[in-house]
Amino acid sequence: MPSHETFLSAFRSGIFGAGLPVGVTARNPDEAERRFAVYRNNVLHSLTEALAARFPVVARLVGAEFFAAMARVFAEAHPPESPMLFDWGGAFPGFLEEFPPVAGLPYLPDVARLERARGRAYHAADAEPLPPAALAEAAGRADRIALGLHPSVALITSGHAIHAIWAGNQPGVTPGPISDRPETVLVLRDRTLEVPVWRLGPGEAAFCAALLARRPLLAAAEAALTTDPQFAPQELLARLQRAGALISIEEDAQ
Amino acid sequence: MSILTKTLPLTASLAAALTLAAAQTAHADEAMEKCYGVAMAGQNDCAAGPGTTCAGTSTKDYQGNAWKFVPAGTCEGIETPMGMGSLEPIKM
Repeated sequence: MPSHETFLSAFRSGIFGAGLPVGVTARNPDEAERRFAVYRNNVLHSLTEALAARFPVVARLVGAEFFAAMARVFAEAHPPESPMLFDWGGAFPGFLEEFPPVAGLPYLPDVARLERARGRAYHAADAEPLPPAALAEAAGRADRIALGLHPSVALITSGHAIHAIWAGNQPGVTPGPISDRPETVLVLRDRTLEVPVWRLGPGEAAFCAALLARRPLLAAAEAALTTDPQFAPQELLARLQRAGALISIEEDAQ
Repeated sequence: MSILTKTLPLTASLAAALTLAAAQTAHADEAMEKCYGVAMAGQNDCAAGPGTTCAGTSTKDYQGNAWKFVPAGTCEGIETPMGMGSLEPIKM
């Protein structure tokens, strides 16, 4: 009888490879292989479903049949490292970059990054939004403060129209023609636990990147104006505050 | 143009933006609350979120331990055939 640890390790390689793990038996030994194949199939099927649930737009773009075949290849190369499946799939965007059959869909890895960011945003830690009074009070020190953003906030910069592709492939939406262009999106979890995807202009993207880097507000606005002379901070700051994404004020930021 | 003449208007515009953002929230705070016992089968929301096995998994209409987000203040006024909505899970 192998040790528990040896058995687990053999069981795992049995799931993701061929062959019967040492120690697996059946009343009729001839049936052991066939019975274990049922188990192996169930595991891979569940993982495929979990991956499709986490990356629904990628699944829709390549089709269910193709996605299922690809998910098996991914699951074998990058099996889950935690029993919490919501955390699985971090390696999927990188996998898509290297997977030759999807080389003709160069936007796919960034669409997967967007979907991954949505999953992470959904499960990000809670943080209490700044009370309006604190924000109003800090307005007079706009040149010296930095704003802390909610842990769910993520920025995805792409050379492709990932927002248009994502939005055009939501359930019930018939995708129209999409002209490919670079797009940056911001993902966050708002006050109602929705996870919207905002398309940002170049100035807004530079502004958010600087905020995420904890740059002072003034430096962030300067970076945004360098990128886009038309940038105005009002609308974006109001939107972030409405969503509950502004959570702290750091004084004397450098 | 000196640094000062560029920076001062920008600081002023940021100050205005912060004041505006603060004022907006006061009007547009869309608070929601978790309301138990009001969701139809399969239509419950879930903190575990999309892509996990919880959202949409309630098996009965108005299941007491399943919740939906509703606008704050409205939960306990929601009447279902099983009774009123509740801010706490309802024992089944």
